[in-house]
Amino acid sequence: MYHYDDFDHQLTAERVDQFRDQVRRRLSGELKEDDFRVLRLQNGIYMQVHGYMMRIAIPYGLASSAQVHKLAHIARTYDRGYGHLSTRQNIQFNWLRLEDTPEILAELATVEMHANQTSGSCIRSITSDELAGVVRDEVTDPRPFAEILRQWSTFHPEFAFLPRKFKVSVSGASEDRAATEINDVGVQVLKNAQGELGFRILVGGGLGRTPIIGQELVAFLPWQHLLTYLEAIVRVYNEFGRRDNLYKARIKILVQAIGIDEFRRQVEAEWQLHKDGPSTLTAAEVARVTAAFSTPAYEILPQLDASFEAAQRDDKAFANWVRRNVTAHKVDGYAAVWLSLKHPGQAPGDISADQLDVVAALADHYSFGELRISHLQNLVLADVKQSELYALWQEAKAAGLATPNIGLLTDIVCCPGADFCTLANARSISLAKAINERFEDYDFLHDIGDIDLNISGCVNACGHHHVAHIGILGVDKSGEEWYQVTIGGNKGTPAAIGKIIGRSFSFAQIPEVISRLLQVYVRERDEGERFIDTLRRIGHEPFKTFVYAEQVAEEAKLLLPDYEALQVGVPYELPYFSPRF
Amino acid sequence: MEIIKDKQVVNDSWQVLRLHEGDAADSIAVPQGNYLVPLPVWNCQWEALCGRRELGLWLGGLERAEDIPDDVNRFPVIAIDIHKFTDGRGYTLAYRLRKQYGYRGELRAMGDVLLDQLSYLKRVGFDSFALRADQNLQRALSGFDTFSVKYQASVDVAAPLFNRVARGVA
Repeated sequence: MYHYDDFDHQLTAERVDQFRDQVRRRLSGELKEDDFRVLRLQNGIYMQVHGYMMRIAIPYGLASSAQVHKLAHIARTYDRGYGHLSTRQNIQFNWLRLEDTPEILAELATVEMHANQTSGSCIRSITSDELAGVVRDEVTDPRPFAEILRQWSTFHPEFAFLPRKFKVSVSGASEDRAATEINDVGVQVLKNAQGELGFRILVGGGLGRTPIIGQELVAFLPWQHLLTYLEAIVRVYNEFGRRDNLYKARIKILVQAIGIDEFRRQVEAEWQLHKDGPSTLTAAEVARVTAAFSTPAYEILPQLDASFEAAQRDDKAFANWVRRNVTAHKVDGYAAVWLSLKHPGQAPGDISADQLDVVAALADHYSFGELRISHLQNLVLADVKQSELYALWQEAKAAGLATPNIGLLTDIVCCPGADFCTLANARSISLAKAINERFEDYDFLHDIGDIDLNISGCVNACGHHHVAHIGILGVDKSGEEWYQVTIGGNKGTPAAIGKIIGRSFSFAQIPEVISRLLQVYVRERDEGERFIDTLRRIGHEPFKTFVYAEQVAEEAKLLLPDYEALQVGVPYELPYFSPRF
Repeated sequence: MEIIKDKQVVNDSWQVLRLHEGDAADSIAVPQGNYLVPLPVWNCQWEALCGRRELGLWLGGLERAEDIPDDVNRFPVIAIDIHKFTDGRGYTLAYRLRKQYGYRGELRAMGDVLLDQLSYLKRVGFDSFALRADQNLQRALSGFDTFSVKYQASVDVAAPLFNRVARGVA
């Protein structure tokens, strides 16, 4: 993975010093909250339900074991012993004290980590494919370009105060696991017919209040022009993106308003001023950064390991885990492994300090000391020998990290919801728990097979519910929480926005609604057909009709206090400001 | 008033001419002396004003490139009024004035300017700063040197870090 050189270290240290001074001035009252809010957000610090939250970047989802041990230490020392993985390859700590945050950033800097630009109206942390570098469907490893973009966007002096947040994602595979179609800019690394490396650039994707799939801005941009071209995009956005209305300030609204052709014309005109200038990428720089992502020292192994095959025959539970949580590797004898953070009874994406230490140790033992974070809130060990999968499985199981449910109904993608987030209308985590309990039968889950279920606690759509096969959105109706259900979304290749099936439901009705959607699928499916394929074939109507045919009963136990949101007072007397940015 | 110029706190005598309700850009009188004139006034009255070399110009950050006079270098000072510190349009406007229009005179940030923004403002080409009244100017002076490492090109450095220095093996 990429390691900091002296320049990276120096800059990270300078950022910590800057923020330490800002926090000191805030605590002394010299800096008022209105001003400080913007400064802290650019360091990933929100004021949330329980206090300050820090969102730490895990750039393009890649972390070393030393970094993960450090996160465990932070969870124990400064938080309540756990963190939460977000849908953009970040980790969040929810129970921090403001006065500790500079020290946390200083500790992160010792392991080449930071929380730069994980929030605020700036270019956010760059995301990518959690299977980058190890899958066969990859044109080229996208991570060097993600790192080059990380550096370009870090403290870019012109783009720190954009109209709104600006998210960039990079993918290099034929299957998009990086959500490039729902980012402000999606970068797809590819080769043209001549075998030259370049990028397909999408623009104007995004979820939230106005979900839109990104449109193609350029079909093939030669690699040298990545930075000058992106700079042209962001400059046009900075000048012409709307600033009068928060809900219309994303680049997608600008692109929709003037049309992709006019937007392209403006970007191209701007680009001509800087094309082939000093910011043009050089082969030397690409080679330098690419070297950091070079192939680990794989052993020469047979394509299939005999002991691995035997273990699957002998141990059904292991075979079930392999079926869902292990995927093919481009190198013979290796596999990539998902460690599920969707254990029943656990908030999706939450991970304890002890688990962080365990996965770091697993990475050291089994996977060259590296770990990946997926935007679907699970972990990946990308380079495990097949012969060691059984031992890995046993250790992961003991730590509660081997739930065999990757891609199944209970692999729920979920925002923190009203238990933690001041924006949420709804209890995402409690709902995920209820769904998990209702559908815990393993054979049933396997029979239903591949299905994406996502929950967002509010219209900001951090749970990406629009692009799930079944999406659930918490909505507020005159102070009451209700849940809107969409079906038919898809998260990638090609991405699609789901459609709302009808009027909203109460919290306690949702498990039954999901059950009815699944009943239609089971009734209508053809052999081997996934939920989404059946839905596409027969359309929304049969699902809608069945769900609303009879009154949906509320599940009695979901009305009990156990399912109510955590009631914890805010331990601060500072004035509250919405962290909506 | 006191401003920061060339990294020093100095007294400044430039006055800002503002259009108030009832004022019209084509008829407002431009007083004698060092005035920063709003762009609409300049564009309406330029024939009368173009002989007055003592005038400067100020922009609100909303101007389109085509509204800006071609001969920017006739102004000893151009100020960009940042009406709200979270509005980043002034940064791109400054960048354009320097890189695209070749403006070499004094480029001033005024309005809702915070000391925590000076390093970015300086990078995009501002060299004088009329900070918001509550800002501590002495403290602000240290804000210029917040970051010694600059990954990307802007007005202050013409090339990104990878084209300026030999970097270590990553």
